[in-house]
Amino acid sequence: MLEVTDLEVRYGAIRAVRGISLSVAKGELVALIGANGAGKSSTLMCIAGALNAAAGSVRLAGEDVTSATPEKMVRKGVATVPETRDVFPDLTVSENLRLGSYIRRHDTAGIAQDQEHMFGLFPVLAERAAQPAGTLSGGEQQMLVIARAMMSRPTVLLLDEPSLGLAPVIVDQIFAMIAELKASGLTILLVEQNVAKALLVADRAYVMRLGTVSTSGTAAEISANTDLSALYLGG
Amino acid sequence: MTFAIQFLIDVLSLGGAYALMALGLVVVFGILRLVNFAYGELIMVAGYTMFLVSGSGLPWLVMAAVAVVMAILASIATDYVAFRPVRAKSVTAVLITSFAFSTLLQNAALLFISPRPRTVPLPDMFSQVVVIGGVITPMRNLITIAAAVILLGLFALLMRRTVLGIAMRAAATNFTMARMLGVPSNVIISAAFAISGLLAGVVGLLWIGRIGTVVPGIGLGPLLIAFIATVIGGMRSLSGAVIGGFLLAFIDTSLNYTLPQDLLKFRDAFTFSLVILILLWRPEGLIKGPATGQRT
Repeated sequence: MLEVTDLEVRYGAIRAVRGISLSVAKGELVALIGANGAGKSSTLMCIAGALNAAAGSVRLAGEDVTSATPEKMVRKGVATVPETRDVFPDLTVSENLRLGSYIRRHDTAGIAQDQEHMFGLFPVLAERAAQPAGTLSGGEQQMLVIARAMMSRPTVLLLDEPSLGLAPVIVDQIFAMIAELKASGLTILLVEQNVAKALLVADRAYVMRLGTVSTSGTAAEISANTDLSALYLGG
Repeated sequence: MTFAIQFLIDVLSLGGAYALMALGLVVVFGILRLVNFAYGELIMVAGYTMFLVSGSGLPWLVMAAVAVVMAILASIATDYVAFRPVRAKSVTAVLITSFAFSTLLQNAALLFISPRPRTVPLPDMFSQVVVIGGVITPMRNLITIAAAVILLGLFALLMRRTVLGIAMRAAATNFTMARMLGVPSNVIISAAFAISGLLAGVVGLLWIGRIGTVVPGIGLGPLLIAFIATVIGGMRSLSGAVIGGFLLAFIDTSLNYTLPQDLLKFRDAFTFSLVILILLWRPEGLIKGPATGQRT
C-alpha cells in the first residue's frame, strides 16, 4: 500500500533522514519507533508531503507520490495527524471536523453521518461541539485531531506521537481507539515514543536510529530481541 | 443632539471606509503574513477603470461593477506577479516585489493615462444631501455606511458559515495543517486576494466619490490608513482590523471637530501621536490574533 524507498530528508546541511526504506501493507499497522531525533517525524511528514524529499521515493498503491503536495496526499486517501496536535484553536470543534471533510465538502449527508459517527466514538467531542478547540484539554485535542483526520475517509492514516504528553488513562483510550481503527480495515503508520504501547497494537515495527532503520520485524520479534530501554536513551 | 447625530454619521461613514480598507489588507496578511504594498493600487485600478469606461454610456452601476471586477483581477494578478514566484523563498523578496508591482502600476497610469487628475463619473446620488434629525449630510456618507454594513455582514457570513471561510480562518492560524486536511493552498490564497480586491474596489469607488477624480498616487492614502488601522487592531485579527478602522476614524473625526482651524492641517500628526500612544499601551494591538504564526 505504502512503499518508502531510500528516503532522505534534509534541513539545510543536516540529513535528518538518511535513506530509509519501509513498507506498509493494506490493513496493516506498522510502528516506527526510536529515540528523540531519530528522524521518525521527519519521515512521516515527508510521506505526508509537508516536507520535501532530498532523495528516494514514496509510492502509494504503486503510484509515485514523492513530490505530491500535502493537499494532494489527502485527496489520495492519506490523512496525517502531526505530533504538534494542531487543532485550530479559534475554530469550534465542529468547524474543525468540518474542515477535516474538506475534500468531500459537497457530500453533506455523508459528512453529517461521519460527524455523528465520530461523536459516537468520542462522546466528549459531541459535548464540546460548539466550543473553540483551543479550550479543550490535551487528550480531547488529540481525539479531535484523530477524528478530524478520519473525516476525510482516509485509506491510510499517518499518526505522529498520539500519546505525547497525555495522562496514562488517556493514552490507554487513544491506543484502544487506534486498535479499533485498525480493526475497521484502515492502514496505519504509527510513530511512537511509547514503544511498549506501540508494539502491543502494531503488526510490524521499524526501529529508527540516527536517520536510518536499525532493526525491523514483527512486533513480537522486536519486543523479544531489542533492548527497549536502549531505544529511549538513543543507544 | 444634532451634533451627536452629525458626529455619529461622520464616524460611521469614515470608519466604514477605513474598516473595509483595513479588512482588505489583513485578509491577505492573515494568511501569508505579508503586507501587500500594491494594495493601494487596487483602488487606483478601480478609479481608472471608471474613467476609461465613463464614455461608454453604460448605467453607473454596471460601470461600477466593471471597476470592482478589474480591482479583483488586479489583486489576483498581484499574487501571480509579485507573490507566488518568490513566496516560498524569501520574505524580503516579496516585500520588494510588491513595492515594485505597486510602482509599476502607478507608472503605467502616469505613462498611459496622465499625471493629472482624471474625472470619474459619479451618480447624482453622490452629490445629493439629505436631512436626518435636523442634520444635513451628504448622501454618499449614508451610501458608505450601507456599503460597509453589507460588505462586513457578507464577509462575516462567508467566514463563519461557508467551508471556504472556515478554511481561510484555519489557514490563517496554521497553513501547513490546513493543507494536510486537503485545503488547497493556491485556492485559499487566490480567494484571499480576490476578497481583498473586492473590498479595495468598493472602497475605491466610495473613496474616489469624495473627490470625484483619480490620480496615479491615489492609493497611498488608503494603504497607509489600512496599514495603521490593521496595526492598531492587532495585525492578524479580522475583527481587530475592523475595530482599528473605526477607532482611527473616531480619532480623525474627533480631531476634525476639536482642533482649532490653524492646527487642522496638522491633524495627521495628532492622529499618529495617538496611534503611538495606543501602541505603547497595547504593543500587540487591540485584538490578539490566532495563537500560532507559521508562514508558508
